[in-house]
Amino acid sequence: MERKLIVFQSVVFFIFFIAFSFGINSLHAEEHHDNSGRKKNAEKEEMKIGDMIIEHITDSYEWHIMTVGEHNFTINLPVIIYNQGNWIIFSSKRFEDGHAEYRGFYVSEKKGINQGKIVLKNAEGEEIRPQLDISITKTVFAIMINALLVILVFLSVAKAYSRRKGEAPKGLQSLLEPIILFIRDDVAKSSIGSKHFEKYLPYLLSLFFFIFFSNIIGIIPFFPGGANVTGNIAVTGVMAAFTFVITTVSGNKHYWVDIFNTQGIPWWLKAPIPLMPIVEIMGVFTKPIVLMIRLFANMSAGHTVILGFVSLIFIFGKISLGLGYGVSVVSVGFSIFLDLLELLVAFIQAYVFTLLSALYFGMAIAEPEHH
Amino acid sequence: MPLINPGLGIIFWMTLTFAIVLFILGKYAWPAILKGLKEREESIQEALDAAKKTQEDMKLLKLDNEKLLKEAKEERNTILREARKAKENIIAEAKEKASSETSKIVESAKERIEIEKQAALIDIKNTIATFSIEIAEKVLKEELKDPKNQKEYVNRLLKETNLN
Repeated sequence: MERKLIVFQSVVFFIFFIAFSFGINSLHAEEHHDNSGRKKNAEKEEMKIGDMIIEHITDSYEWHIMTVGEHNFTINLPVIIYNQGNWIIFSSKRFEDGHAEYRGFYVSEKKGINQGKIVLKNAEGEEIRPQLDISITKTVFAIMINALLVILVFLSVAKAYSRRKGEAPKGLQSLLEPIILFIRDDVAKSSIGSKHFEKYLPYLLSLFFFIFFSNIIGIIPFFPGGANVTGNIAVTGVMAAFTFVITTVSGNKHYWVDIFNTQGIPWWLKAPIPLMPIVEIMGVFTKPIVLMIRLFANMSAGHTVILGFVSLIFIFGKISLGLGYGVSVVSVGFSIFLDLLELLVAFIQAYVFTLLSALYFGMAIAEPEHH
Repeated sequence: MPLINPGLGIIFWMTLTFAIVLFILGKYAWPAILKGLKEREESIQEALDAAKKTQEDMKLLKLDNEKLLKEAKEERNTILREARKAKENIIAEAKEKASSETSKIVESAKERIEIEKQAALIDIKNTIATFSIEIAEKVLKEELKDPKNQKEYVNRLLKETNLN
């Protein structure tokens, strides 16, 4: 499984690099034939495309749905800031698409760690973040929509189960039942063991379906989709943290003994320099970190590649209209292919996150083997 | 670098939202769903077991039925055999009875004929006797018409009587 995933991820990144080098090479080829003004234009375009992609997969304070002519259709989300003893709440409309500031706060455009985030200037004129920024951003809003959707879907499915007791599944229930059974039997039961798996099952199911729904909704290019929820490192980090806390809390004696005094290895690896304990303790933390990064990187990469292919149409369209149309056929084809790939990735990544969580729980409660 | 800079706001809201999702689904959705699934699996298992048992029962029943059928057939054969025997008996008896009856009737008819014959014979005897007397009377009347003959006859009768 792990091996397959690595191969799969490599393929995704390979396509990604080919796409980009192809796009940029073509631009360079164009430059040689053209005058310097056109060259500058092309470079600027290239930069803008990169910014556009980054903008699409990072967070923002408003949800831009579409632009028709001069008019932007945007959902203005509330900004909630705590700074110097004051709670400040206002609509992101006040920023006027990042052109205006409100009470000293504005959206940073400077390249760096704070780009795209609300900042204010300190006494030295440097951009600093407010003390606390818990604004309902695009990602937060999408998280809430996804959470609501997951809750509604499964409450209705639960209702179907209690109303149609012992009957064959129907509708949404029959669509989700195979997945629920798959998580129960092939993920939870086989990783944790048939004795304890029921305790962890609700968490694993919630985790899986939250990630899966978020992944799927993230692929949909228009509202309420399009937000890069599971491609946000904070989101995956929180879920990884839940898994980490549950693993740590459920750890039995055998689990901790195995970390601090690993059995079956030579003593000199444990003393005088506690090499193995250090490695094991690092392992405790790397597990959730790997969970966090894997999901985040996969989803962000997927979004980036699809956006890259779509952008290719506009890059070539700028060079010549005919080329743009020509490339659009290839680009749309590739985008469709990647969208389908993303559907698969949406499932696989949700599955991998859940499976690894289950494996960690299984490790934490495993009884010592008798040799 | 904003891509790998986790925002505190998102961490806060995600923790809150995810905890709510875990709580609501953990309390209201998963127990019902998992219970429903388990119950259905059990009921399916029960149904399968029941079907298997029924099949076995059916097999036994079939065997029983076959046995019963065999017995019934045998019984039918016995009954038929007995019936045939009874029929033959009845026919034989009837034949016997009929022949004895016939002989009886013939016997009685013969007796009647005999009786009738006797009666007829007696009748004929009486008639002949009457005829004889009448003829004798007529003959006597004819012979005794003339007084000489009457005298002769009486004498002869007297003579005969004297002789006795």
